[in-house]
Amino acid sequence: MPILQVRDLVKTYHVGDHTVRALRGADMDVNAGEFVAITGPSGSGKSTLMHILGCLDRPTSGQYVLDGNDVSRMSKDELAVIRNRKIGFVFQGFNLLSRTSALDNVELPLLYNNTQKMKTAGRHKRAMEALESVGLSDRADHFPNQLSGGQQQRVAIARALVTQPTILLADEPTGNLDTRTSIEVMDIFQSLNKERGITILLITHETDIAEYGTRIVRFRDGKIQTDSPVVRRRDAKKELAALPPPEEDPPLPPGAEVTEAPVEHGGVV
Amino acid sequence: MSILMTLRIALKALNRNKLRTMLTMLGMIIGVGAVITMVALGKGAQTTIEEQVKAAGTNMITVMSGNFSQGGVRMGQGQSTRLRPEDAEALRAVPGVQYVAATTETRGQVIAGNQNWSTRVEGTDVDMPLIRSWPTRFGAFFTQQDVRAATKVAVLGSVVAETLYGPDEDPTGQMIRIRSQPFRVIGVMASKGQSGTGQDQDDIIFTPYTTVMKKLQGQQHINRIVVSAATADVQPVAEAIAAELRIRQQIYPGDPDTFMVRTLEEMAAVRSETARTMGTLLAAIAGVSLLVGGIGIMNIMLVSVTERTREIGLRMAIGARGKDVLLQFLVEAVVLSLFGGMIGIAFGFGLAEAAERFLQWPTTIPANAIAMAFGFAAATGVFFGFYPARKAASLDPIEALRFE
Repeated sequence: MPILQVRDLVKTYHVGDHTVRALRGADMDVNAGEFVAITGPSGSGKSTLMHILGCLDRPTSGQYVLDGNDVSRMSKDELAVIRNRKIGFVFQGFNLLSRTSALDNVELPLLYNNTQKMKTAGRHKRAMEALESVGLSDRADHFPNQLSGGQQQRVAIARALVTQPTILLADEPTGNLDTRTSIEVMDIFQSLNKERGITILLITHETDIAEYGTRIVRFRDGKIQTDSPVVRRRDAKKELAALPPPEEDPPLPPGAEVTEAPVEHGGVV
Repeated sequence: MSILMTLRIALKALNRNKLRTMLTMLGMIIGVGAVITMVALGKGAQTTIEEQVKAAGTNMITVMSGNFSQGGVRMGQGQSTRLRPEDAEALRAVPGVQYVAATTETRGQVIAGNQNWSTRVEGTDVDMPLIRSWPTRFGAFFTQQDVRAATKVAVLGSVVAETLYGPDEDPTGQMIRIRSQPFRVIGVMASKGQSGTGQDQDDIIFTPYTTVMKKLQGQQHINRIVVSAATADVQPVAEAIAAELRIRQQIYPGDPDTFMVRTLEEMAAVRSETARTMGTLLAAIAGVSLLVGGIGIMNIMLVSVTERTREIGLRMAIGARGKDVLLQFLVEAVVLSLFGGMIGIAFGFGLAEAAERFLQWPTTIPANAIAMAFGFAAATGVFFGFYPARKAASLDPIEALRFE
């Protein structure tokens, strides 16, 4: 039983007079524990697919079954609940709340979880565990502007993990990062996938990044062009070990700000 | 999301932009402050009037000749009926009437030694101090004998006595001249202060009404009759007086009264009405400032929603429902207005206190005014915060996340 089933997904937009057919009938199954990379040129429909898979948008027609629930016809509020429980988002621009500590950022999704009446202590514990799993427990009190781009993205991953979602949806997660940090982030994804069996959907237009996954789905003109397993999967851990050690900056004292080239979107909201 | 968490997020968001928060609240502070001050002033005026009515005795009835409420063209002298001393005497027999004082009034220059003063000279009857529960400070009030003989005796109001003889001087036995006629001072009234209409009640001289009629005015009629009823239930007594006077004045049934019977309650009601009108006017001003404050909040909330579009998008992506976002911004607006309201209440108290201390305006802040101001502030926050909050809640998460 696949964890995610997409059948003949169609999405049409109306922009002014013309009709944009972003998705023209996509079919896809994803099993639990897979690490699927979705690639394609811009305008191929992969972003639209991501929005629908992430329950941010509804398809014009077709069916989308997530974890046994047909979510393609759900109301906005129901979709919000699905997003909260079953989906973890990682964005290109991190989208961390500024002037909010890493821990509080990670905790945020738990605040919108109405069924599990969690006490503050319980939320803190869950958030700390999530931060630990991305190796940032020592940065819990740091604000986003005190963290490097890679660290910010790891906080964002921790935020996506904190609700223990069914799938992790990463939209160009390395788009704002340099090569080394990109590999670090992929390393986290790979170990989450291998060690904890978390299903990951990675949207990227970089083919080398896509090769960290177990399977590549290539989009073109709103349809799936190819869907094949990765023959020679890249291993982020090995690559990191082979890289020269980073000119690691000494651990930042709290309060210090990282002066680094600003990321696109500012990285924080 | 729990309301407590929402509140914490709102406080955090407001804390992030302190100056802006303060400036936005300023509108509410002024608005609520104005409401409190206006209520305090209005209530203060009303309380003062009520106290004055109580002090004057609520059982007082005044009969005046002429009828101002009569419309149309007034006929000549023959038409208007005059009140005579006999009318006053006749009222003593009306059931429910306790005291009666025929009253006629004039103004005159008063001379005592090298001092002089222009004042009101009220010719009245011996019952006057009883009706208005007004004791003398020095000497005594004139007697029935003085009234019958129209003797030239005068009882001075405290202001007149002070002006002519200086404070705390007992002028009893001194001679004064009113309109060049010699009068003997036989007493000074105790100080009574301002009347409800703002008239200085102590700037007056009392003499027997007969003296004023015969020696000062040379006329046969009196201006009014002041009556006190035996009980506080004055209305039936007032009606009985009117009936008696209609008979005495020979007014045919159906014809309008040629006199007016007014109770103090009625007069107080008129004055309270005036105070209330003032209060309404002031409340309208306060309402306008609240409106302006509310618009300020709406303005800032709209800016805030636009600024935080990406934050809203993110919150939605991680599971915030429309109503969560709506509540977040609504709570922020209400917190803004309530904080402003609280400071405004303190500000209003200060203003009322200042008005009382420096302008000598009586103020009373009723207990429910605080609750009312709080309610107004909250309502303003909800009303003006709703539109921006709904705008935030109706954002499309995809668009919001893309927003630059």
